[in-house]
Amino acid sequence: MTSSKPENLRFDLQVIASWIDDGSRVIGLGCGEGELLHYLKKHKNIRETGIEIVEERVAACIEKGLSVIQGDINEEITDYPDNSFDYVILSQTLQQVYEPLYLIHEMMRIGSKVIVSFPNFGHWHIRCQMLFKGIAPLTPQLPYQWYDTPNIRILSIRDFREFANRVGFTINEEVAIDSDNYYRSGKITRFLPNFRATYGIFLISKTNG
Amino acid sequence: MSEYIAHDAQGKTVGLVEKKYFTFAEPPNEMVLDSKAKLGPITIAYETYGTLDENGRNVVLVLHALTGDSHAAGYYDETDDKPGWWDNMIGPGKGIDTDKYFVVCSNVLGGCMGTTGPASIDPKTGNPYGMRFPFMTIADMVRAQKALLDHLGIRQILSMIGGSMGGMQLLQWTIQYPDMVKSAIPLATTMRHSALAIAFNEVARQSIIADPNWNNGDYYGAVKPNLGLSVARMIGHITYLSDEALRRKFGRRLQDKDDFSFNFEADFQVESYLRHQGAKFVERFDANSFLYITKAADYFDLTRNDASGSGVQAFSRAEARFMVASFTSDWLYPTYQSRDMVKAMKKNGLNVSFCEVEAEWGHDAFLLPNQRLTNLVKGFLESVYNDIQ
Repeated sequence: MTSSKPENLRFDLQVIASWIDDGSRVIGLGCGEGELLHYLKKHKNIRETGIEIVEERVAACIEKGLSVIQGDINEEITDYPDNSFDYVILSQTLQQVYEPLYLIHEMMRIGSKVIVSFPNFGHWHIRCQMLFKGIAPLTPQLPYQWYDTPNIRILSIRDFREFANRVGFTINEEVAIDSDNYYRSGKITRFLPNFRATYGIFLISKTNG
Repeated sequence: MSEYIAHDAQGKTVGLVEKKYFTFAEPPNEMVLDSKAKLGPITIAYETYGTLDENGRNVVLVLHALTGDSHAAGYYDETDDKPGWWDNMIGPGKGIDTDKYFVVCSNVLGGCMGTTGPASIDPKTGNPYGMRFPFMTIADMVRAQKALLDHLGIRQILSMIGGSMGGMQLLQWTIQYPDMVKSAIPLATTMRHSALAIAFNEVARQSIIADPNWNNGDYYGAVKPNLGLSVARMIGHITYLSDEALRRKFGRRLQDKDDFSFNFEADFQVESYLRHQGAKFVERFDANSFLYITKAADYFDLTRNDASGSGVQAFSRAEARFMVASFTSDWLYPTYQSRDMVKAMKKNGLNVSFCEVEAEWGHDAFLLPNQRLTNLVKGFLESVYNDIQ
């Protein structure tokens, strides 16, 4: 189950992993079963921490030897002193966060670089469902019905860029990918990313340092 | 807490084990306790399982709870009908793998299972200490354990694990001897005894003290305060379970009868169970030890000298990597108390993991076979072991 080779790591996580420097301090918010942290610990010798709310996933992480705390990311993040980490990762969770602005500010407080990824609501598939069928979209990346979805924040890659601009942080890296959670493969989308990419991945930091 | 619950072995046993003894603090070099009283000589009863590595890097110290003892795993002889109290966790291939780790478990100071306690002979009088035994703290218990490890030539502890009062001892260890402890696994425990926990202990103590046979602690060689001690144990057992556990285990079912007896015999199964637990307990435990040890647990408060009361200052001395676990139905040391501890560790930048294990059996859950807990312990130990090799 645990991937040790980069090609076994989920594609979006491969992109994130490529941005992480060796030996850095990394916290994964909503880290799931710790796939990315485990990979980074093994291959990049990071000092890892994870926050995850589901007991089974927390247990899976600890059994792998990862340091993970069971709890709500919004609450747990407040305990960390400023600049405790080199990287703060929020992978495919932003769309489920009740107060995204607050959370991103907290992430910026505890770490110098923040990595955020999310399913792109601007994907053509979604646009078509809205336009031609007139229904709330269902896609492999956003598979939930409107009445039971955990995804309460719907945003596109373009939305996130504008958000960065408005609240004032710097986008250091931006990658749009066409991939799926269930596949290990994927590709980077350079042409019309907000139309063609399923996920956006950003590395951001505080403007002026 | 309710050690010696019947349980199925989770695998192979460590086999035959032997209780050993170490005596130190011979006068005039008595140990000075937190109360400023001096105590000596002190004998510690302990057991070890597995083999100590040449480099001494595979030591796991197991710390028992209120009424436990050094007999954590294995059997004393072939006729033993039950193994040590944590045999489901400790053994070859188990959560604490004795093929890999050298496990040490000792009876706490003030205990009655081989370590010096109120039932031991006071060399000054030639009689049992009774109420002349000095008051002690969790930190004093830890000092005695340190003396034992020094004697065994152990300078580094790979990990320490303990639930309830065992967890208090290991938390104390991590701040009292920070450079010795690489990692620690506090289970179902707390940084300080809550008013609720003190309240239950006080009721239990008063039931002993109210027993005329207690005789101000001077009952050795005479009739023991068994009634008081058994009621104390009955109270304890209620706190170790939970509303849900009691409901599932007993409900309102009657014991060996179809209707009420209209007298004060045990009508309900829960009454019968508590009486049985009380009666069994007095055969193996000393009432004065119960008084002294519960008092030590009540005094325990790592946040005492911390102006904020948060424990942040206490853990500023710690260096260990932690894996904290609580249990959903534990109302004696509820999850919020573990979370407070984790928070204090995080604020100190300590490497900490935390898992709230879903369990219906209340505080006792940490002692019962639980695959989730076993896997957590196993994975964590492997990780810290690999880190220091």
